[in-house]
Amino acid sequence: MNKARHNKTNVIAAHAALIAYTLIALFPVFVIVINSFKTRRAIFREPLALPNADTFSMVGYETVLKQGDFFLYFQNSMIVTVVSLFFILLFGAMAAFALAEYRFKGNTLMGLYLALGIMIPIRIGTVAILDMMVATGLVNTLWALILVYTAQGLPLAVFILSEFMKQVSDDLKNAGRIDGLSEYRIFFNLVLPLVRPAMATVAVFNMIPIWNDLWFPLILAPAEEVKTLTLGSQVFIGQFVTDWNAVLSALSLAILPVMALYVVFSRQLIRGITSGAVK
Amino acid sequence: MNTTKKPSRIKWHILVFLAPAVLVYTAVMIYPLFNTLRLSLYSEVAQTREFVGLANFKTLFGDENWSKQFWNALGNNFWFFIIHMLVQNPIGILLAAILSHPKLRFAGFYRSAIFIPTILSFVIVGFAWKLILSPIWGIAPGMLDAVGLKSLYAPWLGREAYALTTLSLVSVWQFVGIPMMLIYAALLSIPEEILEAGECDGITGAAAFWKIKLPLILPSIGIISILTFVANFNAFDLIYAAQGALAGPDFATDILGTFMYRTFFGFQLQLGDPHMGSAIASAMFAIILIGVCIYLFAIQSRMRRYQF
Repeated sequence: MNKARHNKTNVIAAHAALIAYTLIALFPVFVIVINSFKTRRAIFREPLALPNADTFSMVGYETVLKQGDFFLYFQNSMIVTVVSLFFILLFGAMAAFALAEYRFKGNTLMGLYLALGIMIPIRIGTVAILDMMVATGLVNTLWALILVYTAQGLPLAVFILSEFMKQVSDDLKNAGRIDGLSEYRIFFNLVLPLVRPAMATVAVFNMIPIWNDLWFPLILAPAEEVKTLTLGSQVFIGQFVTDWNAVLSALSLAILPVMALYVVFSRQLIRGITSGAVK
Repeated sequence: MNTTKKPSRIKWHILVFLAPAVLVYTAVMIYPLFNTLRLSLYSEVAQTREFVGLANFKTLFGDENWSKQFWNALGNNFWFFIIHMLVQNPIGILLAAILSHPKLRFAGFYRSAIFIPTILSFVIVGFAWKLILSPIWGIAPGMLDAVGLKSLYAPWLGREAYALTTLSLVSVWQFVGIPMMLIYAALLSIPEEILEAGECDGITGAAAFWKIKLPLILPSIGIISILTFVANFNAFDLIYAAQGALAGPDFATDILGTFMYRTFFGFQLQLGDPHMGSAIASAMFAIILIGVCIYLFAIQSRMRRYQF
């Protein structure tokens, strides 16, 4: 009896703590989104109230869509993220396969070399990266960003994917070899489909930092026509800092795509983290 | 496996598989990294690049103007890191400990909701908090007023004494999900038999956490600490989004990332200096390297014995 009551208080305390923290986590997002739908006066008078018939207004969104080229920014972010992910997965899986499958001289050394980048942030090399992009004429192109993000994502991708590829059965690959498949066919047709869950994990891990990065767009691609959504909203908000409707709407518009991605991929992301893929 | 069969052919496809990743990684990451270290030994004299040895570092640590900024940024950066270690990681561990309770309902919902700030960009987080804490809008003072604590309110981001701590706490708010998830995973992977053995000896509840679970998740805490360290000493975006490149008020929130950005890219009237920027980047590289080495040699090697 006594123990049961004790347990009940514990459960209530646990829920209270989690609900409290969930509110702390969601409150700022909630405040920004509800206020983006209100008139200027209502934003200041009752910041915590939901928009109603009197206070509802889309004027902020109208300003954003008129003044900022958010569709272009969105498109740029989309291209950079998708193409970088494609290269990270393709090149990463190929290298991981080579390291996991074949025994050759320098295998361990190559693995260590590729793993260096897991701990050392690529930003340290920014000065020389900018130099190189200027020299090759890639400054203010999306390719500059794609190359940087691909290089940045490869170390962890190779590390995670080679762990998974070591688990693919040798019998299967050898059966393929006996059937006369080339090593390339074995990789693309036999191994890649089997490590799809690991590929999804790597993709989700890389997607968010690439989408949200501000440093490299700011330095390598600040021109209007190649701005990413993160940089675009940063610049827009900086310019419209006194127009609260516009700022709140721009913030809400920037939250929207990430939230949509999160809703779609959150199970994958959480499974990826909790499956101990990064150890 | 079959490397011995046809050595001449096999070498080619290994090369094909490795080449793209190694080329991109070497060209865009490793080479610029070392090139940046090399550039820190040069300076621009009369429009040409000249080798000046360690002169840039002498300026950085010796020249009054530079060294004051550098130590300020480094000190701020350490404070930024300490707040993360003292606030973010304990909260993350606590949330994970609660979440990992086997009979807890809605665990999935809480987990997903608490992770949401982590997926938002620094720009959103920086501006959202700037607005909420702003004295003009009055959400923060209004809420403090509701609980009778209005006297505690100050325009935190505008005061030199509070700005850095406030921004560190905003960053903690954003990233608490990461230690939570990693510790949660570590707690779930503790074998049931160990906990049952503890129960037989009468160790349950909080005691089980402190005496059994915590020692077993120490390796994960080590990983989180080093991840936090690297991320903090390379941070930039949040400060830039909330306070701009000048990291105001009066450089009170300047950290190494913003200092390097200002130096290398220039701001307002100061021209960018890539060579001094490289020198700062090299210093950051050294700091991160020292941290990683301490982790690898001092912490991780000692933690081995706890692993099963």
